[in-house]
Amino acid sequence: MAEIHLIGRAASPGLAIGPVTMLTAAVARRTASDDPAQEAAALRAAIEGARAEIAEQIKTNQGEVADILEFQVAMLEDDALADPAYGVISEGIAADHAWRLALDVEIAGYRAAEDEYFRARAADIVDIRDRVLAHLSGVDTVARIAGGSIVAADDITPSAFLAADWSRGGAIALAAGSPSSHVAMLARARGAPMVVGLGPLSWNGQPPALALVDGDAGTVIFDPEPETRRLFEHRMVNAAQAAVDAGRLESARTADGQRIAVLLNIAAPEDLAGLDPAICDGIGLVRTEFLFEASQGLPDEDAQYAVYRRILDWAEGRPVTIRTLDAGGDKPIAGLTIDNERNPFLGLRGIRLSLARPEVFRGQLRALCRAAVHGALKVMLPMIAVPSELDRASALLDAEFTSLRAEGIACARPPLGIMVEIPAAALLAEAFGAAFYSIGSNDLTQYTMAAARDIGAVADLNDTGNPAVLALISQTVDAGRKRGVEVSLCGDAAADTRLTTTLIATGLTTLSVAPIAVARLKAAIAKVRS
Amino acid sequence: MHDAHASRPGETPVPLTASAVLVNKVGLHARPSIKLTQCAKGFTAKIELALAADGPWTDAKSPVKVMRVKAPQGATLHFRVAGPDGKAALAAVLALVHDGFGEV
Repeated sequence: MAEIHLIGRAASPGLAIGPVTMLTAAVARRTASDDPAQEAAALRAAIEGARAEIAEQIKTNQGEVADILEFQVAMLEDDALADPAYGVISEGIAADHAWRLALDVEIAGYRAAEDEYFRARAADIVDIRDRVLAHLSGVDTVARIAGGSIVAADDITPSAFLAADWSRGGAIALAAGSPSSHVAMLARARGAPMVVGLGPLSWNGQPPALALVDGDAGTVIFDPEPETRRLFEHRMVNAAQAAVDAGRLESARTADGQRIAVLLNIAAPEDLAGLDPAICDGIGLVRTEFLFEASQGLPDEDAQYAVYRRILDWAEGRPVTIRTLDAGGDKPIAGLTIDNERNPFLGLRGIRLSLARPEVFRGQLRALCRAAVHGALKVMLPMIAVPSELDRASALLDAEFTSLRAEGIACARPPLGIMVEIPAAALLAEAFGAAFYSIGSNDLTQYTMAAARDIGAVADLNDTGNPAVLALISQTVDAGRKRGVEVSLCGDAAADTRLTTTLIATGLTTLSVAPIAVARLKAAIAKVRS
Repeated sequence: MHDAHASRPGETPVPLTASAVLVNKVGLHARPSIKLTQCAKGFTAKIELALAADGPWTDAKSPVKVMRVKAPQGATLHFRVAGPDGKAALAAVLALVHDGFGEV
């Protein structure tokens, strides 16, 4: 079987390889009534059903996707679209047939347009036509596309595109189509390569099993020879590596040009080994539990100071946020945390433990004040629930700073901020006199949803994308804006690129992730359009 | 850019007319059409548009009909408005076109 090379026009950049899915229109059958009034009512109900369905989809989409869907809603809400169909129905034609006739006239009008942009709208009207037909027949005619496959078709509707999962790769190869179509916009937004205008896709005998799509050059190769495939895969690897290399050192910007600060989460200074500080805008979270685990108990002030200073030196003046000891919960420390608490996540952990054991806390605050002279240090308190906890910690910090100064030891008082990870703190964030807020999305999610992510039976409830959790995040962002202090997010949700658009939509402009996730997050941010 | 040779202000049975050039990138396409019709629907006045000063006139409150006009970038959009809030309606749709529908 010889490979088939087709040349078209590039509509969305990138390279993809995958099994071929041929899209063919499903034909729905429906039994019409003889009564024009019943047929008109059926059409009216189908249009309303289609409209409601799209309106529902709009709620879970933003930006370009929502705009495209809103266009379809506006068209469906306009009586002018269906008027010709009602006219034909009154003459005794069945609703589905009448609707198809009316919309095909509309579609032909767009296909005949001089302007490519208006020609490309034909696919939207086809989408509207088919969606209403599906409602009329009660059959789902929107073609389902398996994730990761190369979709080969004459053209493809926005609905069919949106019904597919593009996060696992895949691409689109169209006989017709247009780079100005809404699907091409969607493909560019989702990073799915797309080539249009390939001409008739006809095969002798078997349809192709595999395809290579080059969305940069505008070419498609069906059933490639092994050598062709090997060379193509080699190009894919190189392109992916080049994108990562180029992206890592660039500062992060959304597609609209909004600057997003990307910070690092680290659990030990060793995490920074071999890393260029230029890949980030600073460190958003240094966990300090490692110091206490390594020393099998309580490390002295000098040992802590040396480690904090090493991290500040690495950052070369970029801000570094160090979190005070967050022991307890799932992080027991021998000799410090309480054993056998009935519910350790609701027990003496984080700031609660530090305030209960001030001698340990004081040593850490002293080491932090001494390190603060070596860079832009910020100190963050974990598990804050009420303002008095911040006030008490702040008083302890002041006391240690004053005593260091009295002893003639070089020191500075770092700004003191809070982790927002308990719903109580998110709800009343404005009431805390914090120098900054850092949202700990892992705990905020589990405390809001009352579901741990490591308990399989409830893990699906542990969803940072849940509107309730997002509402708390938005509320914290608003509080930060009102008080003029920075808000960042340092939980695992920051590295979940499926949530990037959603998180930025809450107003967050600072995300903190593990070093390994930096390149991927920056690439995801670059695709965000508000 | 527009010549608001409006006939008479206020309540008048004589329609007001004005024109403006489409400056946004792809003309009166999907998003601008929706913005324009949404804006027009906010007024009780009858609002129509055309590509020539003498019509044919299209209901500016119908996205289906506005899209059928297929007005490209650089085209001059003529508006004809009649009704009690006609003056405000005309000002609003002209502002939208001048502003490139917020897309330029």
